Amino acid sequence: MRTCDLVVIGGGSAGMAAAIAAREKGVKDILILERGEETGGILLQCIHNGFGLHTFGEELSGPSYAERFSDQVRSLGIAVETNALVLHLDTDRTLSYVSPRSGFVTLQARCVILAMGCRERPRGAIGIPGARPAGVWTAGAAQRYVNLDGFLPGRRVFILGSGDIGLIMARRMTLEGAKVLGVAELMPYSNGLSRNLKQCLEDFQIPLYLSHTVTDIQGRERVSAVTISQVDENRRPIPGSEKTFAVDTLLLSVGLLPENTLSEEAGIELHPRTRGPVVDEFLQATIPGVFACGNVLHVHDLVDFVTAEGKEAGEAAARFLDAGLPAGPHASVEAGEGISYCLPQRIHTQALPDSLTLSFRVLSPQRNVTLAVEKDGKCIKTLRRRVMLPAEMERLTLQREDLTGLQESLRLRIMDFSQNGRLEEG
Amino acid sequence: MKEKRTEELICIVCPMGCRLRAEVEQADGETPQVLSVSGNSCPRGARYAKEELTAPTRTVTGTVSIEGGLYRRLPVITSAPIPKDKIFDVMEEIHRAHACAPVQIHDIIIPNVCGLGADVLAARTMEQRSSDDESVFPAGSAGGFDHQGV
Ligand SMILES: Cc1cc2nc3c(=O)[nH]c(=O)nc-3n(C[C@H](O)[C@H](O)[C@H](O)COP(=O)(O)OP(=O)(O)OC[C@H]3O[C@@H](n4cnc5c(N)ncnc54)[C@H](O)[C@@H]3O)c2cc1C
Ligand code: SF4
Repeated sequence: MRTCDLVVIGGGSAGMAAAIAAREKGVKDILILERGEETGGILLQCIHNGFGLHTFGEELSGPSYAERFSDQVRSLGIAVETNALVLHLDTDRTLSYVSPRSGFVTLQARCVILAMGCRERPRGAIGIPGARPAGVWTAGAAQRYVNLDGFLPGRRVFILGSGDIGLIMARRMTLEGAKVLGVAELMPYSNGLSRNLKQCLEDFQIPLYLSHTVTDIQGRERVSAVTISQVDENRRPIPGSEKTFAVDTLLLSVGLLPENTLSEEAGIELHPRTRGPVVDEFLQATIPGVFACGNVLHVHDLVDFVTAEGKEAGEAAARFLDAGLPAGPHASVEAGEGISYCLPQRIHTQALPDSLTLSFRVLSPQRNVTLAVEKDGKCIKTLRRRVMLPAEMERLTLQREDLTGLQESLRLRIMDFSQNGRLEEG
Repeated sequence: MKEKRTEELICIVCPMGCRLRAEVEQADGETPQVLSVSGNSCPRGARYAKEELTAPTRTVTGTVSIEGGLYRRLPVITSAPIPKDKIFDVMEEIHRAHACAPVQIHDIIIPNVCGLGADVLAARTMEQRSSDDESVFPAGSAGGFDHQGV
């Protein structure tokens, strides 16, 4: 069987950053497998600007950001096979893929980096009642049609879900001459970045209906109207609150799911909250020598963090191939009150790192709260935060002296946490 | 009469979205003056708040049709932010433009768009679509069985 030191599955920002870092740490035999026609991933269709300010110190559009990394991959002579779809990954790190160039290939990898990104939740996943006419699209699919194929899916548009892709598409469709009548969001707060609310909705006076959802879709062959209703605290539609909009298109921006079919088949443990692999401080999954980074690990809102995470995974893989990684017992990292998830989920206790950055999200908007870090049940650190939103990933770095003596668990929580009202009070 | 007030705004320069507070002084019928800005994590935030409250600008991105490229559209971006109230004028010019592959990143697609002093640039390199429709990148450097790095 053909062998390879490091196979990277997925050539998006995460996969490219990982491959580059591994090469810079001396790994020679690297192969990136990408099912698309070129490397770049989702960024190729994100033509708006706002990428990479923190990585490059300048503001780039998605394709420009991707091109920097594609160029670097090329100049480092890292092998890439495009149009290559990975079909299967096994527990022993053998994998198979197909491509028009190589046909069906089976490969034994010493080390694998998962960087398959995420996919959109479809309509079926949220169960909107009403007819099933044409004109209902996921926002990401619409983005692809508009930005790569130059085809406008509709003229009068309503958007369900205030995730970033939905907000970006509200502006994009408006600039392309469509009329966007509004965005409905089930939660009492938006799921998008604040900057996107400002520059995608406010700039164009597009109304945002918080605590609203779509309760009916009308139309025979094509959507002719959608009805939205306000929801109560239990997210149930309130009768009598209906509003109907005459539109020909409904875009859904109702969440992203890490793309882990391959990981599941390989028997990798997934986390119920992140829906990505459970990883240790090296971003190593529950199979040694398999690492994960980017949206396949947890859904990111900022590419800068995806790139940083890819770099970490690539460096860890290089260490795995060279001197090996510490094994032995590990402590668990737990998401306590008010925290949705916290990464990595495990830390080896016998060879503590010099520093450890935790990535986490809060469950609901928080204002003027204190974060507490507990080590084996004892509070070792508290930090004040002015504002934390579920839409924005947070990071927190611990030093070795914080971790010394760690045995069982590290726990992150919000002190005096209450589910409701924090943001309104402040 | 000069009036002093505090404006709260979200910095849109980068996705960190810092929440800014600006102390503003405005005389009747005049452009407001920004006295101080807080809440910004970097100097760009202060500059943004001053501009947003006096003369707001935006970087515009869009696509133009392209012939012979990998895709049917080429992403473009203005070389500098343009006044916010000129966004739709710039879009109109972008809709009329057209490009031919191959294009290099930062090639000028529309010089001095709407006379605003900014150019519309290609936001990526786009090779010509090769006749056999094979993977465009990386040309011959990889794939197949000779995947060993150089
Ligand atoms: C619409 C949208 C707007 C965004 N806007 C911003 C923004 O303004 N600023 C910002 O900083 N960030 C933004 N982000 C976030 C950030 O850019 C992305 O999260 C990041 O690019 C994801 O990188 P990735 O490599 O993890 O995933 P992807 O880019 O999705 O890459 C995954 C790659 O894996 C490939 N793949 C998957 N499965 C297989 C398989 N079985 N075999 C072979 N290949 C496979 C896919 O083809 C793809 O190329 C945005 C994201 C989206 C979706
Ligand atoms: S102040 Fe600086 S870091 Fe904060 S959003 Fe603006 S540009 Fe980004």
